[in-house]
Amino acid sequence: MEAKKIAEGIWEVPRTAKEGMLVPARIYATDELFKGMDQGVFEQVTNVACLPGIQKYALCMPDGHWGYGFPIGGVAAMDTRTGVISPGGIGFDINCGMRLMRTNLTEPEVKPRLRELVDRLFQAVPSGVGTKGFLRLNDAEFREVMVQGAQGMIRRGFGWPEDAEGIENFGRIAGADPAKVSAKATSRGIHQLGTLGSGNHYLEIQVVYPGNIYEVDVAKALGIDRELQVVVMFHCGSRGFGHQVGTDYLEIFGPAMKRYGITIPDRELACAPFASPEGQDYFKAMLCAANSAFANRQVITHRVREVFSDVFKRDARDLGLEIIYDVCHNIAKVERYRVNGEERELVVHRKGATRSFPPGHPELAERYRAIGQPVIIGGSMETGSYLLIGTAKAMEDSFGSTAHGSGRTMSRTAAKKKVHGRDLLQRMERQGIYVRTASFAGLAEEAGMAYKDISAVVDAVHTLGISKKVVRLQPIGNIKG
Amino acid sequence: MPYRFLEEIAIADVAFEAEGRTLAEVFEAAALALTETMVELDGVSPTLSRLISLRAEDLETLLFRWLAELIYLKDAACLLFRRFEITIREGTECELEATAWGDQINYETMSLKVDVKAVTYHLFSLTKTPHGWRAQVILDI
Repeated sequence: MEAKKIAEGIWEVPRTAKEGMLVPARIYATDELFKGMDQGVFEQVTNVACLPGIQKYALCMPDGHWGYGFPIGGVAAMDTRTGVISPGGIGFDINCGMRLMRTNLTEPEVKPRLRELVDRLFQAVPSGVGTKGFLRLNDAEFREVMVQGAQGMIRRGFGWPEDAEGIENFGRIAGADPAKVSAKATSRGIHQLGTLGSGNHYLEIQVVYPGNIYEVDVAKALGIDRELQVVVMFHCGSRGFGHQVGTDYLEIFGPAMKRYGITIPDRELACAPFASPEGQDYFKAMLCAANSAFANRQVITHRVREVFSDVFKRDARDLGLEIIYDVCHNIAKVERYRVNGEERELVVHRKGATRSFPPGHPELAERYRAIGQPVIIGGSMETGSYLLIGTAKAMEDSFGSTAHGSGRTMSRTAAKKKVHGRDLLQRMERQGIYVRTASFAGLAEEAGMAYKDISAVVDAVHTLGISKKVVRLQPIGNIKG
Repeated sequence: MPYRFLEEIAIADVAFEAEGRTLAEVFEAAALALTETMVELDGVSPTLSRLISLRAEDLETLLFRWLAELIYLKDAACLLFRRFEITIREGTECELEATAWGDQINYETMSLKVDVKAVTYHLFSLTKTPHGWRAQVILDI
């Protein structure tokens, strides 16, 4: 499939490339990253371009790679009146996302206690297959989680009042309806709040090294304000609850498509008109899962504060453990954009893509109005992560979206053949990164060599202008789910 | 083993193909591949059992529901399964009756690997071959 370079960093596959495409597909990447894109990206982004009601173009971010349904890194915006919603454009891990917390601590203060800190966090934030959290909720309380999200957890004492301002949508998206969620989804996820999960999910202690601050004023406004500052980043989502919501509606959407006369090139792209009863039911159930993911990250935030407070024998407030931001990168949101000169309401699917709203956007909390929305791009365990800021360019070019991570280049099976988990753990220790893992096999699958160069991905979105680089963060402690 | 993991497709997730002379065999092989994605099979003793009954309008959907049910039980009941007795009936509707044996997830006695979030329909297939049946599945990790 031929993609033409239409501008620096922008590649386009024309509508004529595949039967059924309604709009062109665009891939945002440098020459180098583009060369490394797998064939699955082209196949999948052009499949997305076939979905009814899609506007302007189907997009893939520079960290894009072969997923299921949408490519990972995929962004697509559908008209809410004429377009569809697709669970395959969101992923099973609804509102998988990143949270970043600052501290007043520096690397020299943390290093002597690093092992104790990571070991204690490993106990406090359960990870791996089938693990449960410490919270025991009944069905009514869990329904409240679905509606209230992080805000409900804050009211229960698992957070500070100002935490909500540091979360996308203030940690609670309106419109969630627990009546649209199956009993199975509830029983699958009710005991998993406060757990990390597995795969590429992690919790890291990171350091801001000298030379890694690119926008000093913005960094300072976000709380990155001292040399060798320590921060905490974690990556997780809605756990089994969200996974079951996705599974349930994938099954519902198959027959629904027949009723609505929709044909799609991949069964995983099952969809229904956004305005239809099935589309609305899924949207309301999906928001329940999104809110539960915010609640999950809020409970983890609480545990992180408890552990830091215990280890350093200081109050968490005194340690400055505030939320810098929390972003969703697997979600669909109703947002407004200008298309062909007119403002329209669109349902923006982001699957492995992060919202990137500019300064002044009305949906941002007051504290981010002047600087824009923080964007958290998580890298592999070995290479570090980045904090960026949203831009006006993203509103024009990418439906207010940017990249979400570094993007895999090697399969899990292949990575395990190349490196053993225990060897990787030792290598990371030599690099100064202390690792705890629930699974050595799982660790090997997440080796840095299985991913694209995070700095290349971040430079690509920075050069394109769809988000602006602020700080690079490098790990010294890692809990691998 | 009547299944093998595939390296070349869906790099972020886990893909496998499973084979069997009969439908029951290919469903069993796919279930074992699912369990082996999450845990070393040797560490799972078949001490607890569950009866599973499922229906679907076609065999592909039945296979999808079978794997989805085992993934559900991994979280809802903390169970991983390693031995299966499966009966499948084809008619106007397809039916599965199975007993699955396994054990509660235990980090002391089991060597756990990665969590499976869901079974996907991406490149999902169940096809008749000259020797029986072949399934291809991609699991979301």
